[in-house]
Amino acid sequence: MLIPHPLLGPRDAQEFVYLGDAALIDRPDGADIPTMHDYLYLRDNPAGEHRELWYHEQGDRSWLVVTRNTVTHEILKVELARDVARAKGRSK
Amino acid sequence: MTRIAGGLIDRSRTLTFTFDGQSFQGHPGDTLASALLAADVRLMGRSFKYHRPRGVLTSGSEEPNALVEVRTGGRQEPNTRATVQEVFEGLTARSQNRWPSLSFDALGINDRLNSFFAAGFYYKTFMWPAKFWEKLYEPIIRRAAGLGALTREADPDAYDKGFLHADLLVVGAGPAGLMAALTAGRAGLRVILADEDFLLGGRLNAESLAVGEQGSADWARSAAAELAALPTVRLMPRTTVFGVFDHGIYGAVERVSDHLPAPVQGQVRQTLWRIYAPQAIMATGAIERPIAFDNNDRPGVMLAGALRAYANRWAVVPGQRVAVFANNDDGLRTAVDLQAKGVDVVAVIDSREGGALLPGIRHLRGASVVDTSGRLGLTGITVEHRGRRETLAVDALGVSGGWNPNLGLMQQHRARPDWSDEIAAFVPARGPKGLVAVGAAAGVFSTHGALRTGAEAARAAAEALGRQAPYALPKAEDAPYRIAPLWAVKGASRAWVDQQNDVTVKDVKLAHQEAFSDVEHLKRYTTLGMATDQGKTGNLLGAAIMAELTGQSIEATGQTTYRPPFTPVSLGALGGRSKGRDFKPFRLTPSHHWAKSQGAVFVEVGMWLRTQWLPKAGETEWRQSVDREVLATRASVGICDVTTLGKIDVQGTDAAAFLDRVYANNFASLAIGKCRYGLMLREDGMVYDDGTTARLGPNEYVMTTTTANAVLVFRNLEYARQVLWPDLDVQIISTTEAWAQYSVAGPNARKLLQKLVDQDISDAGLPYMGCAEITIGGLRARLFRISFSGELAYEIAVPARYGDGLIRALVAAGEEFGAVVYGTEALGVMRVEKGHVAGNELNGTSTALNMGLGKMVSRKKEAIGVTLSGREALVAEDGLRLVGVKPVNPADAMKAGSHFLKIGAAPTVENDDGWLTSLVYSPHLGHYIALGYLRDGARRMGEKIRVVNLLAGTEIMAEIVSPHFIDPQGERLRG
Repeated sequence: MLIPHPLLGPRDAQEFVYLGDAALIDRPDGADIPTMHDYLYLRDNPAGEHRELWYHEQGDRSWLVVTRNTVTHEILKVELARDVARAKGRSK
Repeated sequence: MTRIAGGLIDRSRTLTFTFDGQSFQGHPGDTLASALLAADVRLMGRSFKYHRPRGVLTSGSEEPNALVEVRTGGRQEPNTRATVQEVFEGLTARSQNRWPSLSFDALGINDRLNSFFAAGFYYKTFMWPAKFWEKLYEPIIRRAAGLGALTREADPDAYDKGFLHADLLVVGAGPAGLMAALTAGRAGLRVILADEDFLLGGRLNAESLAVGEQGSADWARSAAAELAALPTVRLMPRTTVFGVFDHGIYGAVERVSDHLPAPVQGQVRQTLWRIYAPQAIMATGAIERPIAFDNNDRPGVMLAGALRAYANRWAVVPGQRVAVFANNDDGLRTAVDLQAKGVDVVAVIDSREGGALLPGIRHLRGASVVDTSGRLGLTGITVEHRGRRETLAVDALGVSGGWNPNLGLMQQHRARPDWSDEIAAFVPARGPKGLVAVGAAAGVFSTHGALRTGAEAARAAAEALGRQAPYALPKAEDAPYRIAPLWAVKGASRAWVDQQNDVTVKDVKLAHQEAFSDVEHLKRYTTLGMATDQGKTGNLLGAAIMAELTGQSIEATGQTTYRPPFTPVSLGALGGRSKGRDFKPFRLTPSHHWAKSQGAVFVEVGMWLRTQWLPKAGETEWRQSVDREVLATRASVGICDVTTLGKIDVQGTDAAAFLDRVYANNFASLAIGKCRYGLMLREDGMVYDDGTTARLGPNEYVMTTTTANAVLVFRNLEYARQVLWPDLDVQIISTTEAWAQYSVAGPNARKLLQKLVDQDISDAGLPYMGCAEITIGGLRARLFRISFSGELAYEIAVPARYGDGLIRALVAAGEEFGAVVYGTEALGVMRVEKGHVAGNELNGTSTALNMGLGKMVSRKKEAIGVTLSGREALVAEDGLRLVGVKPVNPADAMKAGSHFLKIGAAPTVENDDGWLTSLVYSPHLGHYIALGYLRDGARRMGEKIRVVNLLAGTEIMAEIVSPHFIDPQGERLRG
């Protein structure tokens, strides 16, 4: 696969490390055990469009949110995870 | 000899080779198959299951039968298709799967016993007794049913991996591929043209057609010459594009030296290419398919197109009296070409009714071949025509059941191909983005059609890049391809569908009868298409026979999934340079060469090589060295290379807040010039990593991680600061390689270091857990007063390029104290003696509470993993706790991996009280000691327990003690 890095252009997927569902951004800081449990363990695994966290380990160390179709592997959108997190209201 | 005039071989040179020990001659341009056929060798192998005599069926990479072992020694390669192996001087080839010889094969008896060997035979026959399978049945079956053998010698050749980028990749250099590459190359596109053959041209080399004013093979040669001269075109003969991957990435293997006795000095045997091409043209041609009729597998029966190719390209006619059996017009060309070359064409058996007859040839319409004869090679065929049977004496039969577009690459991403009634074959549909099919691969079978579709696709590729690519097509035949499908001729004996795996029409019928009618079930039940040729000639035939049985259309019956690789790829090519010592890179510390010069024994830790112990003269056993290193360190001073520990520089106005989030214990209160032990959890509450973090300035920290987790911790820190808390003002960088770091431990550690360090490092100047930026004779360095061994200890760090100098300076300065250099084994002994956890305890399923570090987890702040570490089951009062274990009888040696059992308890899972994690011999105490996780361990101090290892058959009586075997009050390290 080729991942179009928002800063560096198309990069081979071999340079990246995959983490998983970008819902992990929504960490419920300070939440109780059941809420934190659901955050950590309950994920969607859709056949189709999926937002995922990838890390450009062999590159500029950016964490990215990649919107990818898990059936066709088509990559629809790539954003810096930091920008996505900020847009979701995460800060310090 | 059956050589005729013409052909694309270089008769000026003769090459000598052997087959089964007998010497033969060929010419440059010959394949092993063509050269053997020219020497009247038709029998080239034995079939997989029935050991039937087999000859060559095809003239290309789709060959199911003519598999041979090529070369000897480490270069020996089994299952090489004789149809693609180029003849070279000194080539040695052997037939496979026969004993004692190819013409007399003892296991030919299997053929007589064929009724026992039908599909599903193994499943039904060798069911019981179950234990007989592994020991008896399977070895016998594996020996009998086989392909070539591996030599078990190391391959002496190198294999490379390479990366290529192009605007356009053209796969296949037949008329469509050549025309596409010419059109795009003339327009200046960066083009790669790859073809599995050593001669570019594809079917143009196998036909007697004209292109433009030239013969088809001459035109191919001119086109290749023009392409070779174009500056942006790269020609890659002997290169198979075997896989289509995502986003325009193609896998290809180039057989750089397979046509040579050995690679030329400095050259590799093969190269695995990863080709990046946003646009690609699949010009892979078509593969002819056989017709199933009784005994259609004898040597001498081959595909009509192959028969024609051997005559036109290799000037070989594998027989004196030839017949052709076809259901389409293309098959008739074989008869015409052969007759034009003066070969005796006995008859053309055409299954179609009506239509024009070939002039000057006995052309039987509405006829079929119903059987053949000849034990080791074809001697005759039985033909049925208008209800009459007739036997014809022939020694070669060309069969054409039609042509299948070679569409595997297009369908590798699981799109299903479309059915075309016009050509009675599947044609490619919706493939991966950027890949288009042209020519015969797209079901366009005329030469003109191939040239036209190739040029059009190249023009479209150029337009996509904003370029113009005009073209003019050379004149070529545009004859229609007429076919009336015929798949199988009714018979009483066996008719082969998949020759390599010995699957017959009867097997397909049996699969249907037993409800394995889906093509994917048919494949697995009969092994149809599962051989090394992946059913290139037989798959559609099998599906069509199944369609007749089920009454479904072939389209509805479908095809099995196409997967890479298109043809077998050697493991050597896939492995490339990653073998032996080069399997992965090693990381060496700055003092590695010094340690090596001292005779150090090294151990792999992650990618690092660390000194495991450093034997002195006279030491013959590792324990002697390790015991000496431990005792000398505790008695005086020892030096250990700890460079490999991960080091991460953390800076920023929010650095302290950041550390508080990623460590479970408190860091906000850490004073400048102090170190603190930090415990890092995973979000699920398990301990992830530990290490010491020092505060060098108001906004500057240096974190250490374990050697093995350095990369992962860094990844998680980036995650925390970019994804979880994106506005924290904190920057991090790995400095593991920037600093060489040594532990200096033992009662004389300070005295030793004070000789080198410019500043005062007395207990007052640098108290326990203090850190300072210092100088050594003016060189900037860092000093941390931390201890893993439990002794008065320091870690001293210098810029990496001074590491070698520092180790030498430390050893010289330590001479007067009898300083030792110790390795990871002594390090491990001392940390167990001190009760420190390490990798064995940090096993990913242990909590801080398990380790006796529960109090470190601060509930007063938000940090990764703290919440879930409080889950009910994880905080159970009677859960596992870290304990020390010592044998009741000091002479007893406990075994690693042992479990704890109460006295009198049966060794069951329910009674399991925990397990031993780390075991060492303590030279200080004079007996073995261990750490372990014991159920409710904190409250069981002093209890006697059994340390049981059921695998080793040992049981030792032991006592539960504090994990701090030495200096539990920590007086030494504060000294």
